[in-house]
Amino acid sequence: MRDFDYFRPATISDAVAAAAEPGSAYLAGGTNLLDLMKGGITSPERIVDISRLPELNRIETLDDGGLRIGALVRNADLAHDPAFAKAYPAVAEALLSGASAQLRNAATVGGNLLQRTRCSYFYDTASACNRRQPGSGCSALGGENRLHAILGWSDACIATHPSDFCVPLVALDAVVEIEGKEGRRHVTLEEFHRLPGDTPQRETVLQPGELIVAVRLPAQAASFASHARYLKVRERTSYAFAVVSAAAALVVDRGKIRGARLALGGVAAKPWRARSAEAVLLGADADEASFVRAADAALADASPSGDNAFKIELARRIVVRALTSALAGTPAVMPALPASPFSSLPGVRHDA
Amino acid sequence: MTLELGLNQQPAHTRQGSSIGQPLTRRDGFLKVTGTARYAADNHPPGMLYAVLAVSSIARGRVVSLDIEAAKAHSGVVEVMTPLNRPALATDPDAKDHPFMFRLDLLQNDGVRYPNQSIAVVIAETLEAATEGAALLSPRYETEPARVGLDGAESFVPRGVGVGNPAVQQMGDVEAGLESARTRIEATYETPAQYHNAMEPHAIVAAWDGDRLSIDTPSQGLAMAQGRIAGLFGIAPQNVHIRSPFLGGGFGSKGMISGPQVLGILAAKLVGRPVKLVLRREQMFGPVGHRAPTRQTLRMGMDGEGRLTAISHHARTTSSTFDDFFEPAADASHTLYASPAIATSHDAVRLDTGTPLFMRAPGEATGSIALESAIDEAAHACGMDPLEFRLRNYAEVEPMTGKPFSSKALRECYEQAAEAFGWAGRPLEPRRMRDADGYLTGWGMGTATFPAIMFQAEARAVLRADGSGLMETGAQDMGQGAWTAFAQIAADGLGLDIDQIDFRAGSSDLPNAGIAGGSGHTATAGMAIHNAGAAVIARLADLATRNEASPLFGAGNEGVLARGGRLYRRDDESRGESYTEILARAGLAEIEGHGKGAPDPTSQEAYAKHAHGAVFAEVKVDPDLGQIRVTRLVGAFAAGRVINPRLVRSQYYGGMIWGVSFALHEEAVTDRRSGRIQNANLAEYHVPVNADVPSVEALLVHEDDPHVNALGIKGVGEIGITGTAGAVANAVWHATGVRPRRFPIRIEDLLG
Ligand SMILES: Cc1cc2nc3c(=O)[nH]c(=O)nc-3n(C[C@H](O)[C@H](O)[C@H](O)COP(=O)(O)OP(=O)(O)OC[C@H]3O[C@@H](n4cnc5c(N)ncnc54)[C@H](O)[C@@H]3O)c2cc1C
Ligand code: SF4
Repeated sequence: MRDFDYFRPATISDAVAAAAEPGSAYLAGGTNLLDLMKGGITSPERIVDISRLPELNRIETLDDGGLRIGALVRNADLAHDPAFAKAYPAVAEALLSGASAQLRNAATVGGNLLQRTRCSYFYDTASACNRRQPGSGCSALGGENRLHAILGWSDACIATHPSDFCVPLVALDAVVEIEGKEGRRHVTLEEFHRLPGDTPQRETVLQPGELIVAVRLPAQAASFASHARYLKVRERTSYAFAVVSAAAALVVDRGKIRGARLALGGVAAKPWRARSAEAVLLGADADEASFVRAADAALADASPSGDNAFKIELARRIVVRALTSALAGTPAVMPALPASPFSSLPGVRHDA
Repeated sequence: MTLELGLNQQPAHTRQGSSIGQPLTRRDGFLKVTGTARYAADNHPPGMLYAVLAVSSIARGRVVSLDIEAAKAHSGVVEVMTPLNRPALATDPDAKDHPFMFRLDLLQNDGVRYPNQSIAVVIAETLEAATEGAALLSPRYETEPARVGLDGAESFVPRGVGVGNPAVQQMGDVEAGLESARTRIEATYETPAQYHNAMEPHAIVAAWDGDRLSIDTPSQGLAMAQGRIAGLFGIAPQNVHIRSPFLGGGFGSKGMISGPQVLGILAAKLVGRPVKLVLRREQMFGPVGHRAPTRQTLRMGMDGEGRLTAISHHARTTSSTFDDFFEPAADASHTLYASPAIATSHDAVRLDTGTPLFMRAPGEATGSIALESAIDEAAHACGMDPLEFRLRNYAEVEPMTGKPFSSKALRECYEQAAEAFGWAGRPLEPRRMRDADGYLTGWGMGTATFPAIMFQAEARAVLRADGSGLMETGAQDMGQGAWTAFAQIAADGLGLDIDQIDFRAGSSDLPNAGIAGGSGHTATAGMAIHNAGAAVIARLADLATRNEASPLFGAGNEGVLARGGRLYRRDDESRGESYTEILARAGLAEIEGHGKGAPDPTSQEAYAKHAHGAVFAEVKVDPDLGQIRVTRLVGAFAAGRVINPRLVRSQYYGGMIWGVSFALHEEAVTDRRSGRIQNANLAEYHVPVNADVPSVEALLVHEDDPHVNALGIKGVGEIGITGTAGAVANAVWHATGVRPRRFPIRIEDLLG
């Protein structure tokens, strides 16, 4: 590991000031950053340890009925907050389907948004990777890419964003609260992550040194509470990233869909809000035929970036299933296997 | 080395009567759960430095430059070892005097023959400095194209497979058998490269004192490691002292001393200080062995009654470009199913990978998943229940050799496991069962088998004047429970309670216990222990029965029994005396005995010796999404005498879970262009987690075997994988109607 400076600010403004130096990185739970540093994928010169900033550790209800989640709230704490899990069950389910119990205890809200892709070539410093080293090429193209993107990819990069948490968040119109030298700004999560285009190294709209201070959910997000699910297909029952996932949330009134939210995970370099599918659903009958049409709309622009054509069909089916589950209603208690296709099997919750 | 623990901490050990057969908890369990068991990397001798490997990022070519200056300039770096300054060795690491002398990469030149090959070692005051030093070497290469995959090079027929079996074997006329068959099947299955991935990485702490070498390193074969190291350094074997009290798993990858371990010794020699070297997880994907991928084609013919008329099993596998190990996958068809004609054959290609090696059930695991899948296809082709089909083709003698089995309780295994699982009433056709939630449900089965192997071992027993006993053998505990099972055999061998025994193992200065491998450690070292105990008791009996003052006078050696620290007359158990009394009368402080364990050559000739089992699996498959979950596993195994049912059951559980892993999870993904492994970490190299194995049951089926050895022990370490992997695959077929042809089974294979 390379030598680096370590700085532990006492306030948000100290943190932002400290991170203004080039080569700085914020340290939150460290579950991604430390791996990247050990592997030589990133080598920050200065670590700004925000993990003990108390201001960022709160979950607050806002006057307008929205919710504000501090950037340092741990994934596990958020998922297990009873009020939160009741109002935003799909988000809690997504959180609990991610990583392992130990990792969720350490991982933070901000860190989860900013976790890097799991593309193996990105982690393998001997391989060319435009995201890690702009202009070097993309080894995943023509390589081992069965888990890579089917939407929004470019020849410069076909990686996916691996977060589960972000998928229901983007469906629910979450907003990222950012603090920088110029003060505070708000960006929707949908706009927060960028598609690769020619500059895959620019993964988000964050400017160097900017700090995520919170994620907000608007009041309306809670209106889906009774019909919201997250579904994650993966290659073992737990402790695996999504092959494809989907968050679906509905408001249904007398058989008609009055509100619809849909987002996909594991398909693109960002959590993928499927607005065209939502448009299909709005006002339609709440039935399988509508869900199939929505799935077709969601995947209309999909194309394989390699040996991953199966993900397109899989994504369609996941959309249909997620919408079907959402229609059936949010389960009264968190399933034993959150977000799993087997979540209806009874059992004690497996945390790893 | 003695296991330092107070047995009074574990009341579970308190019991009366013979030790063998008791479900004792692990004697080392307390140390392990309290974190006080000392593994190799936990050692820090004074003055120790840290060594870190620099490994090649290319698969094939040459290192043309290393920035040694930059590494050395980094604060804390003491030395950089490269081919230029690596201390001389007495033996060429590329020499191969016998098939088990594997070639090692010890910086003998600038060549690169696989990714993650060691190309330099950086030695520093701290781990961090050594790690950064290794990064600063920034190697440059002359790269040649990598040879990757089962078709990556020209194929050839190896001279031998596995431990030197013929690559091609034939019994009867297979083509005629296929010709005459009423029903035929032909199917090809692929299995991926897998890596042992023991939890504990290969680690070594090495310290030289003149020409004496002291090392802490995990080893499944202490005497072999000692000999190999002594040969490489040109010193006497007794000058090499290896301590290996605990292994955090080995699975075959710690059977032979590996290149990185020897580099740790070389580094210590170069700097003249003790050195610790621990592999990083990704560095374990190359120099410490793996299970080679296979592509297997099976052809079977059946007559009108569902009797096999022929089995043909061909396996393609891979090895490295510079050494020989060939996964003997097709040999799995030699022992299980009766057929008038059996042909097995292998061919191989040489790739730019590290040399493959024995990995838990080498050949048996890969071969079993293909064979059991094909048997399932054959049963279905004949319209028969898979269990009925297996019973119809039950081998009363070993099919390939015609030898009788030394014992074979496979029928009982089928019966008991089928009963416990509830197999009866299973629909023959696939995709017929759904549960209440709509999941496709499938039931599959597989037969498990593994040969009962013995190596050579020795043990030394001592009985002391105070009535306590000592048993010494350099046995290896990889987590399987050797500390406990051997102490149980020792206690019975010496006729003492287990608490009266000081059992020593895990060190190369003890008698050679052979290797912990081939599922043969308990049988081999166990027999040495048993015989050493018997030698002591014989001397003791001699002292007593020849002495007029003894109540045993005149009973004759055969006329006495040893139990609970006393000798008794066999014909009158009220007459006896304690060991202490006998030793005191003879004026002896202690008596000593030696014992050996080895296969019996005559019974070896006469009998086929195998452990057997039957495994039944239930899987659920999401009908739309293709995700699979194994909901139930039931296995029944017959493997001769059970020394400790708790430990044996754990071995079966572990093996069965590994079988699930084989069918559904494990695969090293290799970049088709560079030959580099893309998932060399435990996040992406999947093995099952708890949620993947909700219910596992292992039944122990009674089996007496008078021929394998005096204790009747076969072996249980590997058999659980076999049968299980196929059972899961067959259950997936039964659930979905899709026949898995490549492993691990992937979601896309089931999307339809
Ligand atoms: C084995 C493994 C399995 C995993 N499986 C899953 C999974 O199934 N699903 C899933 O969703 N995730 C999974 N993860 C990823 C895990 O969720 C992330 O590692 C975690 O959320 C990151 O949070 P952190 O607080 O530890 O971030 P850190 O590692 O501390 O930081 C990550 C990045 O974010 C930056 N950062 C952190 N906080 C802020 C802030 N407030 N403002 C600005 N920048 C910031 C850091 O500088 C760094 O670049 C897995 C991780 C591992 C190691
Ligand atoms: S897909 Fe993106 S992250 Fe992966 S190698 Fe290509 S550029 Fe790098």
